[in-house]
Amino acid sequence: MEALVANGPSILFFVFASLAVVSALCVVLMRNPMYGAISLLTSFLCVAVLFLLRHAEFVAIVQIFVYGGGIMVLFLFVIMLINLHRLPEVRKFAGQSPVVIVLALLLMGFFGWFFLQVEFDQPFTRPETFTMADGEDLGNSQAVAWALFTRHLLPFEIASIFLLIAMIGAVVLGRRQ
Amino acid sequence: MLEVTTTHYLVLSFVLFTIGLFGIAARRNMITVLMSIELVLNSVNLNLIAFSYQLSDLTGQIFAVFTITVAAGEAAVGLGILIALFRLRETTQLDEATELRG
Repeated sequence: MEALVANGPSILFFVFASLAVVSALCVVLMRNPMYGAISLLTSFLCVAVLFLLRHAEFVAIVQIFVYGGGIMVLFLFVIMLINLHRLPEVRKFAGQSPVVIVLALLLMGFFGWFFLQVEFDQPFTRPETFTMADGEDLGNSQAVAWALFTRHLLPFEIASIFLLIAMIGAVVLGRRQ
Repeated sequence: MLEVTTTHYLVLSFVLFTIGLFGIAARRNMITVLMSIELVLNSVNLNLIAFSYQLSDLTGQIFAVFTITVAAGEAAVGLGILIALFRLRETTQLDEATELRG
């Protein structure tokens, strides 16, 4: 029991990392997009847990709200809107997929080797940067908000314009002629 | 027990990235291709968060929020294109969309 508590973060990481990889594979390999969407939701929730383990509480909650809520509902609505009646008889993969598998494995081998060469210093040397807002210890959400509305205000405003453009684009594309 | 380092996060995010890349390049169904793009963007987020923790810098988390914004916009526009394609061709298979082939 003590070993379980002491190694809690490591165990959580390995459990949820393997779950995320398995559900990502399900997204790519499932024939029915509905099952794929549910696997994608599982993958997003597992990654949110991994964010929590890296002291990014606000981003983890945003991940669950935006990915698990918004984007997932969008995908499920579109899948239900489109009647996939020809699903069983069509080919799942395009003709180039053996080449893609080889290229993906080469890429994975090269970057995996590259990542394993790098030695990192001790992480998380200044924990106070994740919770300090305006000189006070207020928590991660306030710290992110403080950084977002002071140093990164211009990208924040540009993001709002971007969302407006994306919304107008989606409405125009989805309109009946 | 093995302690989780930034390298673990890098390897995990790269595995997710490669799975997403395979989905984008190899699948024929456009819905699955869009879901694979979401996987790729999510793996980038994982990387940003891992380096934010490694360097004790909040900027990585801010960037992750912006990446999530871009992913949301991309999903909305991509699914709009999917609906338009379905109205035109009654299909979601990408290699049947050949309108731009001269």
